Amino acid sequence: MAVEIKMPALSPTMEEGTLAKWLVKEGDTVAAGDIMAEIETDKATMEFEAVDEGVLAKILVPEGTDGVKVGTVIAMIAEEGEDAGDVSAPAADTPDKKAKAGESDAKPAKPETEKDEAPTKPARLESEARQPDPEVPEGTEFEKLTIREALRDAMAEEMRADGRVFLMGEEVAEYQGAYKVTQGLLDEFGPKRVIDTPITEYGFAGVGTGAAMGGLRPIVEFMTFNFAMQAIDHIVNSAAKTNYMSGGQMRCPIVFRGPNGAASRVAAQHSQNYGPWYASVPGLIVIAPYDAADAKGLLKAAIRSEDPVVFLENELLYGRSFEVPKLDDYVLPIGKARIMREGSDVTIVSYSIGVGLALEAAETLAGEGIDAEVIDLRTLRPLDKHAVLDSLKKTNRLIIAEEGWPTCSIASEISAICMEEGFDHLDAPVLRVTNEDVPLPYAANLEKLALINADQIVQAAKKVCYKD
Amino acid sequence: MAKAASSRSNNESGSKTGKSEPLIPNRERPDEPGRYPASKDELLEFYRQMLLIRRFEEKAGQLYGLGLIGGFCHLYIGQEAVAVGIQSALDGDKDSVITGYRDHGHMLAYGLDPKVIMAELTGRDAGISKGKGGSMHMFSTEKKFYGGHGIVGAQVPLGTGLAFGHKYNEDGGVCVAYFGDGASNQGQVYEAFNMAELWKLPIIFVIENNQYAMGTSVNRSAAEDQLFRRGESFRIPGIQVDGMDVLAARGATETALEWVRSGKGPIILEMKTYRYRGHSMSDPAKYRSREEVQSVRDKSDPIEHVKRELADAGVAEDDLKAIEKEIRKIVNEAADYAETAPEPEPEELYTDVLVGKY
Repeated sequence: MAVEIKMPALSPTMEEGTLAKWLVKEGDTVAAGDIMAEIETDKATMEFEAVDEGVLAKILVPEGTDGVKVGTVIAMIAEEGEDAGDVSAPAADTPDKKAKAGESDAKPAKPETEKDEAPTKPARLESEARQPDPEVPEGTEFEKLTIREALRDAMAEEMRADGRVFLMGEEVAEYQGAYKVTQGLLDEFGPKRVIDTPITEYGFAGVGTGAAMGGLRPIVEFMTFNFAMQAIDHIVNSAAKTNYMSGGQMRCPIVFRGPNGAASRVAAQHSQNYGPWYASVPGLIVIAPYDAADAKGLLKAAIRSEDPVVFLENELLYGRSFEVPKLDDYVLPIGKARIMREGSDVTIVSYSIGVGLALEAAETLAGEGIDAEVIDLRTLRPLDKHAVLDSLKKTNRLIIAEEGWPTCSIASEISAICMEEGFDHLDAPVLRVTNEDVPLPYAANLEKLALINADQIVQAAKKVCYKD
Repeated sequence: MAKAASSRSNNESGSKTGKSEPLIPNRERPDEPGRYPASKDELLEFYRQMLLIRRFEEKAGQLYGLGLIGGFCHLYIGQEAVAVGIQSALDGDKDSVITGYRDHGHMLAYGLDPKVIMAELTGRDAGISKGKGGSMHMFSTEKKFYGGHGIVGAQVPLGTGLAFGHKYNEDGGVCVAYFGDGASNQGQVYEAFNMAELWKLPIIFVIENNQYAMGTSVNRSAAEDQLFRRGESFRIPGIQVDGMDVLAARGATETALEWVRSGKGPIILEMKTYRYRGHSMSDPAKYRSREEVQSVRDKSDPIEHVKRELADAGVAEDDLKAIEKEIRKIVNEAADYAETAPEPEPEELYTDVLVGKY
């Protein structure tokens, strides 16, 4: 049977092209790989190779023809043992007519969905796993731990429990951690599992990601998340997307952790909140705890997660102490916000260091007769919007306090959620209280002016309560 | 032709005066590899695999032309000897493989079903990534084939991480990380080289030097165009290999595996090869002449090379024709399957984003 040669698609966007030149003529014998024609696409002139062997029986579209639709039969090849003279053009239409008639036959096997209407989107299933924080049994002892200690204890406990867990990063081993978070881990677990890396964030983020793909459970410490900008390709392109791109085959259970956000007087390149960046990426979990109990419980959960986790700590909080329950295995659910302070007049949503400022503001507001509820998001992706909306239903007023830039922020996201799903409950516009929209300056006075503070939160809360 | 870095360096380092002279590499070097002495059956298997890749890729190009394959599609035609020669030397139970986006050939050489590969190219549910990855993003954890990565050079640190895992688990495995001459200029490659040698990780870095990084020739992009030397400042030895000769590729891999498995750390194999087609399907390849391509096809085609070896070994032309026929059938069946298999269900849009429920 004769083989139809069809106008090929030669670029991702090509729909039609010009058959510029035939390099073979009727009666020629062609072999696979022979160049048959030159075709001008929307981008370039391409050579078109034969795939089948045989004698070119008929040329159906002469050279110089413009607007030849992809899929149009342009020539016929007689196969071995077939007489080229007997080959006829396909019966139904002439190529010209076919080109005008559109694509009916031109792309026979093209999936239905590539026609005009988009396929109907199925409903997205909401996660059912909305478990609350585990109850801390009555009579449980609490101990005061700094966040630094809580993070170290979380890593140590998980490393004791699972031999696949290891820690790598700059100065994590012999130096005991640039911020002393990894103190003592080298002594306990040895150099096989606590690994000092060269200063090569892109490289070791990739090595960690590859190790996770191979079945280990790496904790990759960035000295600060500012340096992880060098590595963001592996966090986003390699770690976050591979499970999806592989149809669920390639898991990447890795934790990228380190301090995030403004520190103190280190200026613009060392002071940035990456929460909104990573929280915009499907395939990542993003956690940003405030106190020591959450730091411990959520880091343990992050290490056990089958998914890649970006765990954002805060340098200014490392030394602060909080009560942590003395339990053998204190693990908190990922994706669950926490009510830090109940209130009825206005909701203040925050995360990380902002929570402390929100709580401080709530105290001040209480003195002025405004009862504020403070929500700590704890996880930025997946975001616990139910907790936000439930609180909004109760208070009808909501502001977001975020140590970070205002544009495309978590605050913006919360604001959008309130508009889309909580509009009927709003008695005032949602307000964002954030850092100034500038690179963080060095000068002490300017730095102070650029960063969010409790007073701004108080003012915003009063404004939405119409008490300013 | 296979050339160990040592011999080259030694030739150049006779003089002891002047600081700009290259240092005498006072380091242990791998032996000069030889061509692999393949049996007739092995030669036939190499021929079969290379022909499968060639015909599969030609068919993929055809399906692309028909609009059945979309986006980017990078064909392996011309480079078949590299993946077939190297992967034939690996231990499938413990060794791992990772590569970039020109990945169809490596998967076929690893014995993956042409049907599920082709069905991935056409974006069907039966594809190896459920149709969600496409040509550049294919994986088989079962076969320890870890992709299929779309970002140039990303597979090098990732492969170094797989090698880290082999060492951590003491499983005796070696990772083979393939990348191109273009990727060999990426900074992350050298970050990975540094850690791989520092930690003596079991990895073979395979530079598939097909002479062109998209449209830029090695000479226009590489200050040191002898890419097998790119590991020198990390103390990683390199071997330059004729990548158009499957037996040279296999032979060099044996040498490399011996080096790596004995705990000496990573090694680089620069495979000198050539791609006949454009960088991707939409590349008109105007940066080189038709004569250049034709000349390589005529003089160095890896499949014709094996055919000559087979003729010398007394294999009849008819036997080869029978193989050719069998391969065409496999490829046509794969194409039919890939054209008719259903697309993913719309519900698949939301699956596999995360593993856990939160």
